Amino acid sequence: MKDVKCECGHVNPHGTVLCEACGKVLDEQEKDKNLLDMRYEGSARRSITYNKTIIDKIWNFFSSVKVGVWLIIVTLIASAIGTILPQEMYIPPVMPAEQYYQDQYGWFGKLYYQLGFHNLFSSWWYLVLIASIGVSLVICSLDRVIPLYKALKAQRVTRHEGFLKRQRVFGITKNAQTAATLPLLKQKLEAKRYHVREENGDLLAEKNRFSRWGPYINHIGLIIFLIGAMLRFIPGMYVDKVLWVREGETKVVPETNGKYYITNNKFILQIYDKNKDDQVFGEAIERAGNIPKNYQSNVTLYKAEGNTVAGEKPKLKKLKDFGIRVNEPLTFEGFSLYQVDYKLNELNKMSFALTDKATGKSFGDLTVNLNNPDTKYNLGKGYSVELLSYFPDFEFGKDGEPTTKSRIPNNPAFVFKMRTPDKPKGETSFVAIKQTIEPFGNNKYKLKFRGIATNNVSGLTVRKDNTLWAIILGGIIFMIGVIQGMYWNHRRIWIQNKSGEVWVAAHTNKNWYGIKREIEAVLADTGLQMPYDQLQRQQNEIEKEEA
Amino acid sequence: MVSLSSNLLLIAFILYLCATLFFGGAINSKKGQVEKTNINKWGGIAVILTVAGFISQLGFFILRWIASGHAPVSNMFEFTTFFGMALVGAFLIIFAIYRTALLGLFTMPVAVLVIAYASMFPRDITPLIPALKSYWLYIHVTTAAIGEGILAVSFAAGLIYLVKMIDQNRASKRTFWLEVVMFGLITTLGFVFVSSAFSLADYHEKFNWVDKNNNPAEVEYTMPALTGPHKGELLTKGAFEPILEVPALINAKKLNTVIWSFGGGVVLYGLLRLILRKRVAASLKPFVKNINTDLVDEISYRSVLIGFPVFTLGALIFAMIWAQVAWTRFWGWDPKEVWALITWLFYAAFLHLRLSKGWHGEKSAWLAVIGFVIIMFNLVAVNLVIAGLHSYAGS
Ligand code: HEM
Repeated sequence: MKDVKCECGHVNPHGTVLCEACGKVLDEQEKDKNLLDMRYEGSARRSITYNKTIIDKIWNFFSSVKVGVWLIIVTLIASAIGTILPQEMYIPPVMPAEQYYQDQYGWFGKLYYQLGFHNLFSSWWYLVLIASIGVSLVICSLDRVIPLYKALKAQRVTRHEGFLKRQRVFGITKNAQTAATLPLLKQKLEAKRYHVREENGDLLAEKNRFSRWGPYINHIGLIIFLIGAMLRFIPGMYVDKVLWVREGETKVVPETNGKYYITNNKFILQIYDKNKDDQVFGEAIERAGNIPKNYQSNVTLYKAEGNTVAGEKPKLKKLKDFGIRVNEPLTFEGFSLYQVDYKLNELNKMSFALTDKATGKSFGDLTVNLNNPDTKYNLGKGYSVELLSYFPDFEFGKDGEPTTKSRIPNNPAFVFKMRTPDKPKGETSFVAIKQTIEPFGNNKYKLKFRGIATNNVSGLTVRKDNTLWAIILGGIIFMIGVIQGMYWNHRRIWIQNKSGEVWVAAHTNKNWYGIKREIEAVLADTGLQMPYDQLQRQQNEIEKEEA
Repeated sequence: MVSLSSNLLLIAFILYLCATLFFGGAINSKKGQVEKTNINKWGGIAVILTVAGFISQLGFFILRWIASGHAPVSNMFEFTTFFGMALVGAFLIIFAIYRTALLGLFTMPVAVLVIAYASMFPRDITPLIPALKSYWLYIHVTTAAIGEGILAVSFAAGLIYLVKMIDQNRASKRTFWLEVVMFGLITTLGFVFVSSAFSLADYHEKFNWVDKNNNPAEVEYTMPALTGPHKGELLTKGAFEPILEVPALINAKKLNTVIWSFGGGVVLYGLLRLILRKRVAASLKPFVKNINTDLVDEISYRSVLIGFPVFTLGALIFAMIWAQVAWTRFWGWDPKEVWALITWLFYAAFLHLRLSKGWHGEKSAWLAVIGFVIIMFNLVAVNLVIAGLHSYAGS
């Protein structure tokens, strides 16, 4: 397409509204306006210049702020709907989600589930919305930042009359002696940290141009953030595992390739105590009852030495002891272990006495480790017990046979064989909590329940997140961009000689109040008149008419 | 120390109230349209009172911090009073830039309301549960509250704009919605009045009821129960029998409070209308007669510009850091988190509409009002109604 040559000699790209150099209005439509649209300096943006090919159309769609705002609003409303009922990840695992929503919330719950709002934030269309915002961010920024940069770079000091006249802040002083006041003006402007340029006795004072890049920088930050959020889907970048460790138990830390082990030495749960803790808490404790004070797992971290062969117990080197608490994870080599859950008093050991049913005489005790039971227990003098089967979480299966629901010893049951000198072949006994079954007829001996030992279990989360750097970087860049664009404003003041008069015009991208006060201070005692705020004047006139 | 701290809060409250009256007196109707609003004597006193109140509340905050050993932003009462203080602080900052007394007349009542509302929650000093034991708690909550305070100033300025610009001579959608906003503010007052009245009368009634998992439970009301709990059985003799029983899913006690507050609001609003004989917004009109609309519009926008980065930092970035430390992940789609995101998206939309679509003046003022409604929704409804990890155990 043809470039446009302005009368000042500057060659502008096709589609330019205001000459980049002198500001002359090039677009016929813009000429009728009283005030110029200064948003992108009237530069030639791709999206308003081309609209032919499909690519143009896509580009124009995504670079439209209207579309961007709609995307934001739709995301916002969808998110709000997503908070009406708890998301699937927060419902208790008592029944399938499909039932749960209907069961708890009736027809509304059912509808909510059917529409997919129970899992909104990982639904494809929510992700598409976020992705569209991302695409829109990139395109709209590219569409604007380059022409804006070029236009600001090309601007000259002396501006076209039509440009000055159509600025929001504008005024004319007749019969002024600029030659004398120019140095004073310059000095005052520079004292206000303006960068002042002079050409043919005209002035252009400008400051904080960098703030114009704020939006683009914050958009870059957002994009980096979004990319960081997507990195999570790459295998290996993100680890989220639950690790239950019993007191006294040593376990490999998942996802560390068998390199790290931890031992849970002790789990501690503390509750605030009205009598022992600070008195000021008394009333609150009374009102609320038990308020937890501390959840803590005292662990030891080990590293496996040498080559670790699967199935073989590695040699462990102790790295450190640590108390993992809420807010104080244990961190090592990119991994963090968090205190997230616990179980108190899980069954750990159970002991029995081999007893003669008739006489009640005991022939020795045995203790079964419920998490790692031995199979043979020798009680001496020819008495021994063998563990034939073990059901940690016992129930009767559909076929009537005993099975186990899980590997956690919630309801242990055992099949024992008791061998004694008088019954060398042994008697079989099925022992569960509060019941004994003798499958092969009446036994002479029984295993009498003696006692249990319990244990606490720590629920830890194993977390590795290799995407954090992008998230943090994106966040920092976003903040820099936002502050840059919002706490500073790009201000320009033109003081120029036109046909023997002095014209003052000013533009700022925000905070007009601030720039007007600055102009007031600068123009004081120079004989120049304070320019008008043309927008305000228009408005005042409208108000007067209405009144 | 605790009682001294409470007294300081009371003093601050009274000072804020007086400041509001003086701000009202400072509106000098003789002046014409001026850019720089000169502060007259009344305005000067009002500012001094505000600053004194702010210092007093700061004293409350610091003493309570010392007494409890942690920053007092850990329950509904503490957080909401802090929000009130942030609002006053934000007002003082914006006032220092623009020096218009009218802003005080609209901001201070909101702050007073917020603090009164806060005082309706249990005021005990609560010990911290493990998840709250983190410096990030203080950093996140205080920064977020300051951000919200600054954004609330934009609401006050937006309100001034609307009161001034909306034609009250004939009823329209605009007059209606503006009255809805006024009614909302008055309802908060209604809540405060009703709660205080029943708490002065020491009203209590107890119920046995059956919760949604069919477990028996007990609940104590502090206001006469209009809505009773599911299968509720009144235990207190001679107490008020509920008119309506609600399903187990709905928290009958909270609903009851809402109905009472709403009732209180309706009565107050009705009385006001009877006395004023016109819309509440219409009777505020004389106060705003001489304000420069352009300036108010700019104050509203500027507050968003100042508040948005602070809000982002506090409510999103610091929140994410804390969540990463306390809950293992920086983001978990918890309702409170989502509402912070919604607030943030809303103000982002506001900024884009203003910058690129030229939504100045009235449209911008309406957006400032809606933004504040979202913030209050997050503060009140999400804490009390939509339970999540964040919910302070307020009742
Ligand atoms: C959640 C998403 C977004 C956030 C948080 C965001 C944030 C911002 C902020 C803070 C500004 C500066 C506003 C000001 O200084 O007043 C800005 C400007 C801007 N944004 Fe966004 N933005 C988002 C999405 C978008 C999208 C999707 C588009 C594309 C249509 C877009 C286009 C723009 C444009 C064109 C500007 C103005 C630049 C200028 O006039 O110099 N933004 N954005």
